[in-house]
Amino acid sequence: MEHPLKKLIKTENLPHEFCPGCAIGQVYHWVARAIDELGIDMNKVVLVSGIGCCARGVRFVRCDALTTLHGRALAFATGIKLANPNLNVIVVTGDGDGSGIGGNHLIHAARRNVELTVVLLNNGVYASTGGQVAPTTPHGAYTPTTPFGNIEDPFDLCKLLEAAGAVYVARWTTYHVRPAIESIKKGIKKKGFSFIEIIGQCPTYLGRYVLKLYEPVECINWFKNNSIRKELIGNLSKEELANKIIVGEFVDKEKIGLVERYQKLYGKI
Amino acid sequence: MIKPGSYFMLGNHACALGAIYAGCKFFAAYPITPQSEIAEEMSRLLPKVGGIFIQMEDELASICATIGASLTGLKAMTATSGPGFSLMQEGIGYAIATETPCVIVNVQRVGPSTGSIFGQQGDIMQARWGTHGGIYEIIALSPSSVQDLFNLTIQAFNLSEEYRVPVIVLSEASVSHLRETLKVPDINEINLVNRKLATCDPNEYKPFEAPLNECPPMAILGSGYKVYYTGHLHTEEGHPVLSLVRYHLADKVWRRLSNKIKSNIDKIIRLETKYIEDAEIIVIAYGMSARAALKAVMDAREMGIKAGMLRLITIWPFHDSLIRKLCASARSIIVAEVNNGQILYEVKRAVNNDQKVIPLLKLVDTHTPDEILLKIKEVA
Repeated sequence: MEHPLKKLIKTENLPHEFCPGCAIGQVYHWVARAIDELGIDMNKVVLVSGIGCCARGVRFVRCDALTTLHGRALAFATGIKLANPNLNVIVVTGDGDGSGIGGNHLIHAARRNVELTVVLLNNGVYASTGGQVAPTTPHGAYTPTTPFGNIEDPFDLCKLLEAAGAVYVARWTTYHVRPAIESIKKGIKKKGFSFIEIIGQCPTYLGRYVLKLYEPVECINWFKNNSIRKELIGNLSKEELANKIIVGEFVDKEKIGLVERYQKLYGKI
Repeated sequence: MIKPGSYFMLGNHACALGAIYAGCKFFAAYPITPQSEIAEEMSRLLPKVGGIFIQMEDELASICATIGASLTGLKAMTATSGPGFSLMQEGIGYAIATETPCVIVNVQRVGPSTGSIFGQQGDIMQARWGTHGGIYEIIALSPSSVQDLFNLTIQAFNLSEEYRVPVIVLSEASVSHLRETLKVPDINEINLVNRKLATCDPNEYKPFEAPLNECPPMAILGSGYKVYYTGHLHTEEGHPVLSLVRYHLADKVWRRLSNKIKSNIDKIIRLETKYIEDAEIIVIAYGMSARAALKAVMDAREMGIKAGMLRLITIWPFHDSLIRKLCASARSIIVAEVNNGQILYEVKRAVNNDQKVIPLLKLVDTHTPDEILLKIKEVA
């Protein structure tokens, strides 16, 4: 029997270069599944990525795809979307690419409310260069560039994107398969800037260095046990919440998107 | 589009108008002096022709959005100055590697660093070698007048579309902020070049397959070809080459990036010469300094000195053999430029005679005719 998503995958480009148990496979699977379930024409989908482990996956999806420059995926995507608003432009990026070197583009794309969908896999480290500390690494974590523990605090990306003006913001982990796919679908359908953060395992670095877990499944179980739905946090104290990953939909609102604003502007000229 | 005729216009505005006449439909930039009037004018003109103007958050984003729009089929341009040009270098490399047509206007200002906003010709070598890597060619054009800013911006689009390469218009503050007469032709009289588009069966299409001296037809995003673009070393199919032992699979594509320009250099190159047939002294200059050079050469001729001028319009690629041929009979060659010597060494290499080549370097603004005339008299 053929895999139901085989038609969406460029199997001729295999093998891939991801470590066993990496979350990247899941994230691309979900993006492909979301596109498939929405029935979108793959000729009208453009996947844009930057640089890093996560960026390497776009070439396996059967649509137009770009691996661009480190951190700049959103700038490329903005140019593509404005040049042809009929395209579904989806940015798949990692935490270092999207929020470290590319942080400025991330907040500005959200502020402009460009009609893009961003799926950001947050594995908490710069994985492709060897697991160095990232803007998303927990405080105190030991990595190759924080040999005495991380003295900085991590970003809360969902809060950042909410403040920047994204019209849809959600966070899930690789344990939350179905809600994550639903969120990606919602994001693609949204007429504005949508942001879906997936906390995912990098067994090679995050698992080994930060979580001290060596098996991918142990990492996913850790996400299960250490995450809590946003709706359930009401009765918990600050201390109880301190080390929890809060998951759920944080923003879901309507606001006129950038392409539509251009169309209105042309109407006036 | 405006009525054909003569207009008294700012250089930067002529550049923007040239872009519109060339069919530019997308412009992304970040404000910086002395470039800002290009962005301002584009923000007024583009919406009237159904194009997109967007002011990005920085120059990194500006070049990337420009490339994204071009890959989606629009003629696209960005404009900047000194520090912004430094920021764009990585993006320029991506456009070279992915063979994405685009135009980058760099209104040169004093450097290094913030330097100052008055003119210099300091980015000649940066335009050539600014992005990392050693296997590429680029096209750069140098305007000397407001008319040039209009004409060469159109040329830049044409070259960019024809060779699928970023083309840099290396303006300078003194030309971009000059106001003088611009003759605007009828739009129908302008020859425009559009990139070749892929027409074959998508299953047969190899996005980077072409003879060594050509560029392949382009499949724009959303046209059903499901192309993969990467700045990574790639094969003719566009697959990244991830290990050294497989380098040979990308070798042809990577050599073609240079070769498609080098082998067409005679078609690309544009020079202007005055009185060089019998010249004993030739002044080589470009940009604003070339205007001073022309006046100086005419004055020298009146004094009975056999002087001539060679103006580089195409700065890159540099046509060694042509320059050598044109300068062969001259006794002395004066290179006038506003930097510490950049084209100077290209000329020295081309004519292969150090004694013959005399620098006339200035560090800011532009040469005056008298400064050049003085040098001509000195060597005469």
